[in-house]
Amino acid sequence: MTSELLRIDDVTKAYPGVVANADVSFAISTGEIHALLGENGAGKSTLVKMIYGLVKPDSGTMLLHGQRYAPAQPSAARSAGVAMVFQHFSLFEALNVAENVALGMENPPPLRLLAKKIRAVSTEYGLPLDPTRRVGDLSAGERQRVEIVRCLLQDPKLLIMDEPTSVLTPQEVEILFQTLRQLSAEGTAILYISHKLEEIRALCDEATILRRGRVVGTCTPRDVQAREMAEMMVGAVLTPPARAARKDWGDAHAALEVSGLNADSPIQFGTSLKDISFSVQRGEVLGIAGVAGNGQDELLLALSGELRSAPGMVKCFGAPIGDTPPNARRAMGFVAAPEDRLGHAAAPDMSLVENALLSGAVRKTLTRKGFIDWPKTKVWAEEVVAQYDVRTPGTWVAARALSGGNLQKFLIGRELSQAPEVVIINQPTWGVDAAAAAFIRQEILNRAQEGAAVVVISQDLDDLLEVSDRFAALNEGRLTPTRPTEGLTVEEIGLMMGGAHGMEVAHHG
Amino acid sequence: MDFGGINPAVLVASLMVASVPIMLAAIGELVVEKAGVLNLGVEGMMIMGAICGFITAVQTGSPVLGFVGGALGAAALALVFAVLTQVLQANQVATGLALTLFGLGLSSLMGQGYVGIKPPLTGQVPFGPLADIPVLGRIFFSHDPMVYLSIAIIAAVWAVLKFSRMGLILRAVGENHDAAHALGYKVTRIRILAILFGGAMAGLGGAYLSLVRVPQWTDGITAGAGWIALAIVVFASWKPWRVLVGAYLFGGISVLQLNLQAAGARIPVEYLSMSPYLITILVLVIMSSGKGRASMSAPAALGQNFHAAR
Amino acid sequence: MLILEKRPSPSRFWTYATPILAVALTMIAGGALFALLGKDPIVAIRTIFWDPLFGEFAFYLRGQLLVKAGPLILIAVGLSLGFRAGIWNIGAEGQYIIGAIFGAGVGLAVFPTESRWIFPVMIVAGAFGGWLWAMIPAILKTRFNTNEILVSLMLVYVAQTILSKAATGFLRNPQAMGFPGSRNFSSYPAARNVELISGTGMHWGVVAAFIAVIAAYVLLQRHILGFQIKLAGQAPRAARFAGVQPTRLVVMCMGISGALAGLAGMFEVTGPAGQISIDFASGYGFTAIIVAFLGRLNPVGILLAGLVMALTYVGGEMASTNLGLPSAAIQAFQGMLLFFLLAVDLLSNYRIRFLKGRAA
Repeated sequence: MTSELLRIDDVTKAYPGVVANADVSFAISTGEIHALLGENGAGKSTLVKMIYGLVKPDSGTMLLHGQRYAPAQPSAARSAGVAMVFQHFSLFEALNVAENVALGMENPPPLRLLAKKIRAVSTEYGLPLDPTRRVGDLSAGERQRVEIVRCLLQDPKLLIMDEPTSVLTPQEVEILFQTLRQLSAEGTAILYISHKLEEIRALCDEATILRRGRVVGTCTPRDVQAREMAEMMVGAVLTPPARAARKDWGDAHAALEVSGLNADSPIQFGTSLKDISFSVQRGEVLGIAGVAGNGQDELLLALSGELRSAPGMVKCFGAPIGDTPPNARRAMGFVAAPEDRLGHAAAPDMSLVENALLSGAVRKTLTRKGFIDWPKTKVWAEEVVAQYDVRTPGTWVAARALSGGNLQKFLIGRELSQAPEVVIINQPTWGVDAAAAAFIRQEILNRAQEGAAVVVISQDLDDLLEVSDRFAALNEGRLTPTRPTEGLTVEEIGLMMGGAHGMEVAHHG
Repeated sequence: MDFGGINPAVLVASLMVASVPIMLAAIGELVVEKAGVLNLGVEGMMIMGAICGFITAVQTGSPVLGFVGGALGAAALALVFAVLTQVLQANQVATGLALTLFGLGLSSLMGQGYVGIKPPLTGQVPFGPLADIPVLGRIFFSHDPMVYLSIAIIAAVWAVLKFSRMGLILRAVGENHDAAHALGYKVTRIRILAILFGGAMAGLGGAYLSLVRVPQWTDGITAGAGWIALAIVVFASWKPWRVLVGAYLFGGISVLQLNLQAAGARIPVEYLSMSPYLITILVLVIMSSGKGRASMSAPAALGQNFHAAR
Repeated sequence: MLILEKRPSPSRFWTYATPILAVALTMIAGGALFALLGKDPIVAIRTIFWDPLFGEFAFYLRGQLLVKAGPLILIAVGLSLGFRAGIWNIGAEGQYIIGAIFGAGVGLAVFPTESRWIFPVMIVAGAFGGWLWAMIPAILKTRFNTNEILVSLMLVYVAQTILSKAATGFLRNPQAMGFPGSRNFSSYPAARNVELISGTGMHWGVVAAFIAVIAAYVLLQRHILGFQIKLAGQAPRAARFAGVQPTRLVVMCMGISGALAGLAGMFEVTGPAGQISIDFASGYGFTAIIVAFLGRLNPVGILLAGLVMALTYVGGEMASTNLGLPSAAIQAFQGMLLFFLLAVDLLSNYRIRFLKGRAA
């Protein structure tokens, strides 16, 4: 017999400049597996942070077992029986499993006893863990188990899981699902945040769909097609825009050709690139989709030259450049715009002029025999600011003082105004308001029209559908074959992004 | 039974004594680094401990109070470091250096009136007839209390880090201060306490130099011991018992080279007196490049300042 | 309660004001220290800071300022480049010593030549010696990822041992009737580092220091290498994105700072110090670290900071003679200066806010 566990009524939360959640309402019963569905930026994270006590709602009420529920901090939520497994784990790599679990508990039992409990609980729920193993040696899936077991040992009534399968192999996904079904059968409710449509159809009882901070629909996933959910998620019926015929430049070689690119990730916890192949012609835009953590950063590093590979794996107009450093590639016409604005694409404490020099020194010939031509750099920086509508008091301002959207316009403008032959952009419009996003997309199209080959890597489907001629998806370091964007259905997109692998397991499971 | 004028039992016994200051300073710094803080001011804290301990012992006539005074004096200096780096977000490397320079200057200043004075003697622990056993008696049972205490402190640190909740939290803070903060632990407070402990240990080590080892006060009495202690922490891969081994190794080298000099060995004096430092460099290179890459065992958050963004 | 809030842009005002504030605070704290030692604080501070510039013997003492400031500035300029990039050369004292030995050694090897070329050759030798000594930690860092702080420091102790071997052994003056120490350069006209303008204390080392300040200023403001140094220290990932190669940077920064420290040593041994002796090394290599930070790692700042630090040396000697203030007090004073600078430094990047009650 199930009863209502958690009820959210008209909860609203706004931050300066953006409304994260507006009048959100839904309910979960005991033992129910409830999906929270939506694109990036839809408001899912903010909502669950409010349920877990990390953030206070501006208005609205929450009821737990019919009682008012307003946790001031996570420990209050934990005492009330709400547990959360975050997308980014709070784990200590040099410590072992038992120690990590102990650190996440309020009053842990002595380690010997705890180790026994961990063994018992983890095996019971099909997630066997050896309490003596160092967390640093565990795979991502095993680390997630540590987080889950840490929650389970506190006997939760509601378990919130934030994008749990983004780091799991298909087999681990299946194991996770069995665990969750077992918990559900025992009466624990599960709030499952994801955008992977087929998984939700396989696992969840009910789903609430968010878009731009509002609830746009609820459904019973089992009874609904993936495409209907995708349409609700993305909004209205999607038609890729009609595109002007692409000019044929008649090149002998592709502007950018990647063949069999294999590279280990230099990032801790990163995804290595496996056998990636694609080519981009002059004037063409290739859109690469994929959820964060599937190799996007690594792909950008491999193409910008910060991560070297075998020479033939990356070719520019037929010339192998896989092992050349960034400035050599810039000289050939390659420019790259990384995802991380402050710290990677720009130095936060340096002015816009200095940051312009950072990437433009080679192509805009801003140095002469090593000496910097500051006036020339300043003039160029001011041009970028004017052309790309960057709102700033001046170019002497530090990068960190600009708003996210304006800085992004500056950084994209910096790359696009270097008369590039090949442009690689990772997440062109994240954290950027709609007007700026539209502007950036138009500029990308303009540059392609003028003859640049562009690769856009993005989690935002609007980006990709509006600008790309061809489309591929990056999944766990592998790239799907490219397809023309025209005629691509939303269902196909969702499946490519969610990972065909996952789909297979869900069917056979 | 002597080898070229060097008695092995005496050598081992004097090695144990020579190692005490660097052992204490190193175990203190190990705790600090385990919490994620790099305190290069060990030399300054040691020499403050040396002078404060000396002054306290001479003024009170009690060597025990001398050691306490040494620990407190160094801890006070460590508190300055703690406030600067943890609260005021100053760069850890620069602040540690400032600590050393200031400590060297201040200690020299304080020690002005105390040169040439003899401190109250720290006696040996009376083990009675045990001390008379040939060879072993000399090695194990004829030492002053600090030799035994320093080994006991190593054992205590090991036990606390491995088995207690406090030790676990300290290690967590040093590994990933963001995660520790997210889980609700007070990162800044824990680090300040660790820094104070490190200071007290360095102070004890310094006091040992001025009260037992030399035993006198001279300017620059530490002669780089603080830096060697830092190297020992790296050598020990941040494991407490390895600190013991490292301290004995370095203490042994310095004692051996002194003995070789005294015994008229044919190796020129200069090479012998350089040897501890050259060997330290060698060890550091091996540790940072070898199979057990030192960087893998270092606490992951070592040297990074923690600022809780609001 | 007090909280620190990061500023949107580093504050220009505080960047210039912090060293002045630090000096002021040190004067107050130093005065308190002197009072504790039984000396009149006002008199002591005046003796240290005012008298050398404007007092009775200022005409003589002012000359001494440049003598002390020269090596400090020269070394500090080199150190500041590395510090900006996050490369911590702490062993400048050792590079100073080895530079002196190389320079003096070359000169003494051809004693008593009168060739005009010997001094320039010695300059090159001094720079080379310092550079060589700095390459050891540089190579160990780039090949083996060994921490340069500890290696360069250990090498200071090794250099000191080599120095005493030089003074008592291979560079000993054969005509000194058994006294340790090399020949004195004041009796070696071709090789000595003369006072260029009498009474000002300006010798070639001081000239070199001024040249270094100008060169470093140009490098940091106008040259791409200077930009890369700043970038590497502030945002390492952005530096990689910009194409900076970390190995090259380490070797360049350690090399330059080693060479400049070696130069300073060479000028000192052939000028003010006069000879290679056991106590030749007076800690300039370490004090230069304070000068570098006090000057906020900026060449012009270092010039001013070097002069301030020289003031404390010269004034401190006066205070020692006239007031009986121990010279160790000055070392403590200098350490305090660095402390205060580090403490007030946060004002350029953070604002202090008072919040009533708990933050939400």
